[in-house]
Amino acid sequence: MTTSAPAGAPPAPRKTPKARAWKLPIRLDRRYLPVLGTFVVLALMLIIGGTRYENFLTPAVISNLFINNAHLIVLAVGMTFVILTGGIDLSVGSVLALSTVITAALLQAGWPVAVVLPLAVGAGTVIGLAHGVMIHYFQVQPFVATLAGMFFARGLCFLIAPESIAIDNASFVELATWVQIFGEWRMTSSVLVALIVVGLGFLVLHFTRFGRTVYAIGGGEQSALLMGLPVPRTKVLAYVVSGTCAGLGGLLFAMAFRSGYSLTGVGMELDAIAAVVIGGTLLTGGTGFVLGSVLGVLVLGLIQTIITFEGTLSSWWTKIVIGVLLLIFVLLQRVLSLRRT
Amino acid sequence: MTQQTTPPVVEMTGISVEFPPVKALDGVDFSLRPGEIHALMGENGAGKSTLIKALTGIHSPTAGTIRVDGVERRFSGPADARAHGVSTVYQEVNLCENLTVAENIMLGAEPRVLGGLNWRAIRRQAATHLERMGLDIDPASSLGSHSLAVQQLVAICRATVGDCKVLILDEPTSSLDTDEVERLFTVMRGLRADGVAILFVSHFLDQVYEVSDRMTVLRNGTLVGEYVTADLPAAELVQHMIGRSMDVLEAAEEVLEQAERPAETTPLLQVVGLGRKGSVQPFDLDLYEGEVVGLAGLLGSGRTELARLLTGADRADVGQARVSGRPTRLRNPRAAMRHRIAYTSEDRKGEGVVDGLTVRENIVLALQAERGWMRPLPRKQVDELVARYIKQLGIRPANPEALLRNLSGGNQQKVLLARWLATAPRLLVLDEPTRGIDVGAKAEIQKLVAELAADGMSVVFISAELEEVLRISHRIAVMRDRRKVAEIDGGGATMDQVVDLIAGGGAA
Ligand SMILES: Nc1ncnc2c1ncn2[C@@H]1O[C@H](COP(=O)(O)OP(=O)(O)OP(=O)(O)O)[C@@H](O)[C@H]1O
Ligand SMILES: [Mg+2]
Repeated sequence: MTTSAPAGAPPAPRKTPKARAWKLPIRLDRRYLPVLGTFVVLALMLIIGGTRYENFLTPAVISNLFINNAHLIVLAVGMTFVILTGGIDLSVGSVLALSTVITAALLQAGWPVAVVLPLAVGAGTVIGLAHGVMIHYFQVQPFVATLAGMFFARGLCFLIAPESIAIDNASFVELATWVQIFGEWRMTSSVLVALIVVGLGFLVLHFTRFGRTVYAIGGGEQSALLMGLPVPRTKVLAYVVSGTCAGLGGLLFAMAFRSGYSLTGVGMELDAIAAVVIGGTLLTGGTGFVLGSVLGVLVLGLIQTIITFEGTLSSWWTKIVIGVLLLIFVLLQRVLSLRRT
Repeated sequence: MTQQTTPPVVEMTGISVEFPPVKALDGVDFSLRPGEIHALMGENGAGKSTLIKALTGIHSPTAGTIRVDGVERRFSGPADARAHGVSTVYQEVNLCENLTVAENIMLGAEPRVLGGLNWRAIRRQAATHLERMGLDIDPASSLGSHSLAVQQLVAICRATVGDCKVLILDEPTSSLDTDEVERLFTVMRGLRADGVAILFVSHFLDQVYEVSDRMTVLRNGTLVGEYVTADLPAAELVQHMIGRSMDVLEAAEEVLEQAERPAETTPLLQVVGLGRKGSVQPFDLDLYEGEVVGLAGLLGSGRTELARLLTGADRADVGQARVSGRPTRLRNPRAAMRHRIAYTSEDRKGEGVVDGLTVRENIVLALQAERGWMRPLPRKQVDELVARYIKQLGIRPANPEALLRNLSGGNQQKVLLARWLATAPRLLVLDEPTRGIDVGAKAEIQKLVAELAADGMSVVFISAELEEVLRISHRIAVMRDRRKVAEIDGGGATMDQVVDLIAGGGAA
């Protein structure tokens, strides 16, 4: 046996070559496993759908997947920030509705688009800021603070407009119907916005100090504080990001349906949370990726698509499948984190 | 000496900190000069960590002034202190396990290009810092995958990033092995030569004497005095710290000497070929009643991992275990507890204490869990039990209703120990039970362990401090590279012999 190992030499030198072999293609870190899992599920669903139904794996269907879920992608990006800090934002569905209502009402009153759009998004920003302040400075539980925000925003919707308001402003319609066509692929303005948001979210999380502090807070708020990181500012900003995304999501929703209605987006916060969790982000914070959340949204959207293609199934099956998937993913994460320790 | 003439970089005068009704600090003066290593000494709960936190703005003093570089300051928190060149490594490791080593080192001070983080530079700079500390780990690995000791060194790396005039290390060596301590001291001496002022807290007197230039002693939140290390004999230092002479320590020594190795019977716990992939290679071990078995080995040699297998904290994938001769599977800690096997974890913060509960609740936690939640312990019995351990271990404040998070580090450790003692186990596995515990209490705990063994308990004692293991054990199992390499008789073993085995020189 090798008795000549010097004191303090790292044990098990055999491990190194193996680790290096793993490194070569991409660094297959444990952290990427949940996202990879989501990716596999998505791929499986595409394959199953593609073999079961004709016209499933077509550019038109895939394009529609993005078009129909653009607003949810934006919500999920914002939600990812909040969940990464270990918080939650229950208000995004209501804030989205508020944004659609503000857009529709102001356009109806004849305000110019250039003023209305920032106002609608800004409403979300302000509500997010209020959440952040309540949560950090007044130590209100995120669940409770954003629950209050949820009721508040929904109430505000009814105050502004109890009935659905159609949008016929010419420049808004023009914006909404803008589309870029590449062969059979279509990209609408809302998809473009969603993709930009995803790109920005990714850059901010991985290439700014703010983004890294978000992760650090999720890893341990007390530690982050003692490490001298700007915890208060970062936590508040995470909710501002989520609120802003919800406001923007509302705009995309208004563009899609050309109307503002106080009852839109009921329960949509739960879709966003589900997408984030299915995308591999831990609800306890600190681990997860924006791109995972996008995959999560696509999985949700694809379930819907498959059930539409099936034709005979009730749309409630969507909920059942989402429920089952959520359970599987949470269990998977549990197993992964158990194996780590 | 030129040091006497340099003006202090940190000067604290008349500092008082109160946590009503406790007065944690009462008019304490403290000064720190550039280019010195200054030890802050005192018993558990003397107020060392509190003084540090008062300086860095975590606690606000009710009285007193703080001057840094001659300017009066009250920092708003660690970030503010750091911005003024005061970096701190707090008593518990405070890093983010979900991030990589490189990120933990550079977080908040990352190099940037075009407004975005420059990941290449982050890794490169982190690697330089790691190298200076002599740490050979991948900066891109996740922090959580490393042992507590490595995490501690990473925390120190982090503190030295950037412009650091004052470096505060609160018990940095409590989870380190001799080698790492030496490495740390080399780094500290290097920084001292660069003019950095270092504040160092440790309960290891030999380390303090090895590395420090001056020391300040606190007792019960008041200043005892400031001394030049070279002029203060250790006995006198201890007297200053505990307010009485060394008698206690000697009394402990006596009990230990009386303790004899018991006659062999059936082992209480016998394991054959027990092992777990990637953790410990298969090993045999017999544990008898009335015997203290010490585990010696370097950090990462598998000491803790072995203990975790013995107590079901980790599940073995090969090998058998017998309890009193009967084959058993120790699948989880509960199963082990049914056989009256208890384990105190080395990771006090992560696995041990519940800091939102009171001292009383923490002490009875394991005992209550064992009885089941349906049968609460009679309150009177609880109070008696708690009072006994508070007295026996000298837990301070001696208030059963104090919240654990408000106790000093060493006192939290004592509560953890009390929790497992309260279950009256037949086999008690103690992983670093004296970490962060002051000299007086350490002797008390060693004495207690010897007494428990004399009463028939079987004890496994793990400690990075070799003298302690040698002193207290009937038998010593030596670990190296995640293998049990030798088992020797504790009575006749010498320090050199064990060191040889640990290093691999004298192995069979
Ligand atoms: N947040 C708090 N609330 C109430 N009491 C506290 C708080 N923090 C510390 N104390 C008390 O102040 C006293 C000093 O504690 P401190 O942590 O400074 O001790 P220490 O000298 O660092 O001890 P150790 O060597 O055990 O780390 C203790 O009695 C402790 O219980
Ligand atoms: Mg302390």
